[in-house]
Amino acid sequence: MLGTGILKGMVETARNFVGSYTDEARLTTVEYPEERIPLKEATRQFPFLVFDGDDAQKGMRCVACQICEKECPPQCIFIVKSKDKRTDYKGQLQFYPATFDIDISVCMSCQICVEVCPFESIKMDTEFELSNTDRFGALLLNKHQLAKSNEHYREIHPTDAAESDAVIAAEKAKAEAKAKADIEAKAKAAAEAKAKAELPAATVPVPPASGQV
Amino acid sequence: MRNSVVTQTTLELMAVTESPSPRQYEILPKLDASGELAGDLLEVAMGPHHPSTHGVFRMDVVLDGETVVKLKPVFGYLHRNHEKIAENTSYLASMPYTDRLDYFCSLTNNWAYALAVEKLAGLVVPERAEYIRVITAELTRLQNHTCLVGFLLMDMGALGTPLMYAFREREKILDLFESLTGARMMCNYMRFGGCRVDLPPGWREGAQKIADEYPRFLDEFENLLTGNEILLSRTQEVGVLPRALAINASVTGPVLRASGVDYDLRKVDKYGIYDRFEFRVPLGDHGDVYDRYMIRILEMRESLKILQQALKGIPDGPIIDPKTKLRGFRPKPGEAYGRIEGPKGELGFYLISDGSPNPYRYRVRPPSLINLTVLEDMCLGHSIADVVVILGSIDIVLGEVDR
Ligand code: SF4
Ligand code: SF4
Repeated sequence: MLGTGILKGMVETARNFVGSYTDEARLTTVEYPEERIPLKEATRQFPFLVFDGDDAQKGMRCVACQICEKECPPQCIFIVKSKDKRTDYKGQLQFYPATFDIDISVCMSCQICVEVCPFESIKMDTEFELSNTDRFGALLLNKHQLAKSNEHYREIHPTDAAESDAVIAAEKAKAEAKAKADIEAKAKAAAEAKAKAELPAATVPVPPASGQV
Repeated sequence: MRNSVVTQTTLELMAVTESPSPRQYEILPKLDASGELAGDLLEVAMGPHHPSTHGVFRMDVVLDGETVVKLKPVFGYLHRNHEKIAENTSYLASMPYTDRLDYFCSLTNNWAYALAVEKLAGLVVPERAEYIRVITAELTRLQNHTCLVGFLLMDMGALGTPLMYAFREREKILDLFESLTGARMMCNYMRFGGCRVDLPPGWREGAQKIADEYPRFLDEFENLLTGNEILLSRTQEVGVLPRALAINASVTGPVLRASGVDYDLRKVDKYGIYDRFEFRVPLGDHGDVYDRYMIRILEMRESLKILQQALKGIPDGPIIDPKTKLRGFRPKPGEAYGRIEGPKGELGFYLISDGSPNPYRYRVRPPSLINLTVLEDMCLGHSIADVVVILGSIDIVLGEVDR
């Protein structure tokens, strides 16, 4: 009969309308910003630089290797390497970024920089309320604005942070073991060299007098 | 070294393409001696800012009263130089750009690109990653078709209601994507030789819940409008795409299948692990808007079947080929074409490598663009209101059309 299809549709609309008062599954919206849906753990927005300890600039893990700058698809990272070096968490002398800027108006939140960084030093933040009245300056973040503590990282991505901490601990242990081995090797080498230095004195044959030839 | 596969079905299709007369519906506009439009024909530029064009797309339509006598699609407003950019960055850096082609289906775009690079570099995808790929791709197909049907109904005047219902369900799938990949739409999830991260705890149960609950939503959705008399009269016998023309114009995807051609790359190429799943390929036989609408609904039901099987069969194991490299990835010189059955049609990536870190040539075969080329043939002789519906039934995304 003409019209039954329309009636059927109306019944469906009514079911959804009434259901939205009683059934959670039919009313999925929330009233932001009073009410917020908790973020997923994997959520990513824009990158930040991780630091350990209290001093953001001293503890920054980034060694200014510029891999992320090269790999970033829209080329929104700008790094200037420092002239001098300082010791990093592994106790090795490393460069640090004299300038580290990310233009988050260009950044496309792709996470490639995080994946390619070999030093666990750049990670994704979950901050998304970044609207601003200044279109250019406010969205160009420098290294002071980008620095966030490892505790912050642990808070927003607990699973990833635990993995990253494990990697760092392993590297530290490796570096320490290597340093220890180095010291031992050095001591051994020194001892050998000493022994060698003593040895030649006794065994080097006295050159024949030139007059004999 | 060509990797394209010529199968039995492809050959059969080629045989059909010999039928003549690609433009059966053409009614030439009346032109006077100087080449101007004669009589009371009216030329209208529909778009680029028109809500029905699904983006920035223009149709130059010549109207005789309300009847379309000529239609010229004009695109390129959203051109972003995707292919050239990709030729100047590393292989990995193009992966997030593929998300932005067809922004409804970033995961299938990722897959097609990964497939091409895997062919090029000879990487083997582990079992678990293959399953994850199938699951995410079918979820993508589900949400794409859900949206499309919602938009299509909105184009027909069912303002808001069906679209809101569709978006409500789509959100659930996007939530799943977010907890897996970190982003709702720009997923950037697949990597050459596997996937980026493993499924988080509880994800599989979430996907299972969607697979179990979706049929109920589809039933409701069909109750809402499938039998609606207004919808039937607006869609049946409107925008007919003849079988021969569909094949001649290289149309793919649901639009081709609505015209009755049995061609689905999941069955033809059996890429990934699609040969392990049992599903059917729904076919239409009129090739009109109604068939294209129904094909989507039926495909969603088939996708759900694949989802159920994949979620049952997913094994444990690694998710990425250990041979793959993130930094300094240089495939050996050669060429490869990777194609998949995207929700909109055959999505292909053609790559030539010269052994450097950047592809020498990078080319996308976008299904939306190629399906759009038959728009004029479908619209001629119909009223301007039908043009909106016909365009909606092709399912285009301008990010992919213009690249
Ligand atoms: S997230 Fe992507 S676009 Fe943003 S800085 Fe990192 S690599 Fe660049
Ligand atoms: S963030 Fe990582 S990849 Fe980028 S310069 Fe610093 S250490 Fe290198």
